[in-house]
Amino acid sequence: MPDVIPADSVGIVTPQIAQFDTPLALSCGQTLSSYQLVYETYGTLNKSASNAVLICHALSGDHHAAGYHTLSDTKPGWWDTAIGPGKAIDTNKFFVIALNNLGGCCGSTGPTSINPETGQRWEASFPIVTVEDWVESQARLADVLGIQTFAAIVGGSLGGMQVLEWSIRFPTRLKSAVIVASAPKLSTQNIAFNEVARQSIRRDPDFFDGNYIENNSVPTNGLGLARMLGHITYLSDDAMGAKFGRQMRHDRYQYNYGIEFEVESYLRYQGEAFTKRFDANTYMLMTKALDYFDPASQTGGDLSAVLSRAQCEFLLVSFTTDWRFAPERSEEIVNALVKAGKLVSYAKIEATEGHDAFLFPIPRYMAVLSTFLTRIASNVTTETK
Amino acid sequence: MRSDLEMIDEWIQPNIRVLDLACGPGELLHHLIKNKQVNGYGLEIGPDDLNTCIKKGIPVLEQNIDEGLQNFDDQSFDLVLMTHALQQFRRPDLLIDEMLRIGKECIITFPNFGHWRSRLHLALKGRMPVSDFLPYNWYDTPNIHFFTFQDFERLCREKNIKILRWAAVDGQLKDHWWIRSMPNLFSETAIFHISR
Repeated sequence: MPDVIPADSVGIVTPQIAQFDTPLALSCGQTLSSYQLVYETYGTLNKSASNAVLICHALSGDHHAAGYHTLSDTKPGWWDTAIGPGKAIDTNKFFVIALNNLGGCCGSTGPTSINPETGQRWEASFPIVTVEDWVESQARLADVLGIQTFAAIVGGSLGGMQVLEWSIRFPTRLKSAVIVASAPKLSTQNIAFNEVARQSIRRDPDFFDGNYIENNSVPTNGLGLARMLGHITYLSDDAMGAKFGRQMRHDRYQYNYGIEFEVESYLRYQGEAFTKRFDANTYMLMTKALDYFDPASQTGGDLSAVLSRAQCEFLLVSFTTDWRFAPERSEEIVNALVKAGKLVSYAKIEATEGHDAFLFPIPRYMAVLSTFLTRIASNVTTETK
Repeated sequence: MRSDLEMIDEWIQPNIRVLDLACGPGELLHHLIKNKQVNGYGLEIGPDDLNTCIKKGIPVLEQNIDEGLQNFDDQSFDLVLMTHALQQFRRPDLLIDEMLRIGKECIITFPNFGHWRSRLHLALKGRMPVSDFLPYNWYDTPNIHFFTFQDFERLCREKNIKILRWAAVDGQLKDHWWIRSMPNLFSETAIFHISR
């Protein structure tokens, strides 16, 4: 618990729920007749509703991006380092919206929700949702909140893919796009990692083909394993080396399969902790959304052609030690945008943290983000006047 | 704006696609975007310069030019610029080839090491010149290639590069008849507009 709420925190926040009864046709061919999205907002929407910023979350993120729910929270929201008064995403200037995507497990309609048509939990029957579906649902949330055009839409990793999709799908509904540690589509290796994660869940006997709640079970082993694997790919070799090296649990080798090295203990802990807060079906859905995303497929693989629809300006950021979404992947987007003649700036930030760097308050990263958004905010102010 | 930049400005058409290599804080690009409506991008690696560009809304990409420019398609820009930076790269000759591959035309400015003051400094003192314009010692200078107005002309000739026009200016970046008549001796900054 924070003894006092820090001055640069958005403070105590309360999630809100938006109910949608207009059916949503999904990429997979199925339709969600009704659904709800849970979201939080920070800052104040100006009169002309021109200062809104949408935050798109990554694989395991949610709507709680900043601040605290109660004074007894041990940790603030997942991107509290970047969102708050005076921070890079400055809530003195912007009205920030963060939501939990469809298919999530933190309050928006997803596999753990009740299917209104059956009265049972969706579980395995929840349709697979895509980045496109998310963006469509986010636009509907914007409609409800009275926001026609976002000053900025911001996201890292899978969140960055949503931002990219926004720029293509709703070109007039955002002034700027901030895409951090992302890619225009997954590499083969990335899909392969996702498949191992899914298989580790699916092969867990407690998974029950996805209907584990109905069977009073939780596939903790599979989900934990998936998270352990994911976690390795989010860190750099150097970062892991610096954190654990070959530190051992005991003075000498035990010659058994217990924990010998501290890194083993860390991974087991990370895996286990994740199973307490996350749903296995949601995890699988999120990995599928990652796999399917490939906007250039609409234009025969020509990314620059599909991005020619975009009208906003772009900021792309990558991190030197990120090998899950390496700088070269961000540069594919940058090059396509340059080819299409779009306004784009790109920073490659020196960082040791690997893919996870996008969640850290690395000074240069925060400075770039803040500089870019400060200009966007002043454009908004000028236009309003 | 620096006056060598002003001079270049006169040579640049409006509404074209411009790539500025080592754009620094983006003075020239900012001017060209604002006044000539160019579709411009800068390449830079200095964090402070990058941030200055982002602040001004100049499209800037963090890219190390010495690591190559393969990400830019052939003839994808009308103009590729490089002001006061060619002497800092590992292989200026190959870089010029790359610039002419990417751009239909190029404008390059560089400090002329053949200026009489540099010659005098080296001749009389026997040490590498340190001037206001190139205020570094030999060991810490980012300027790893020193060449003259004539050296550049000669390279263009060897490579069959067309010199569309050139200018030669003094330390105050003014041109005078005597500089124009003996640019290798009197110019401090050389400016070349070239194409294939």
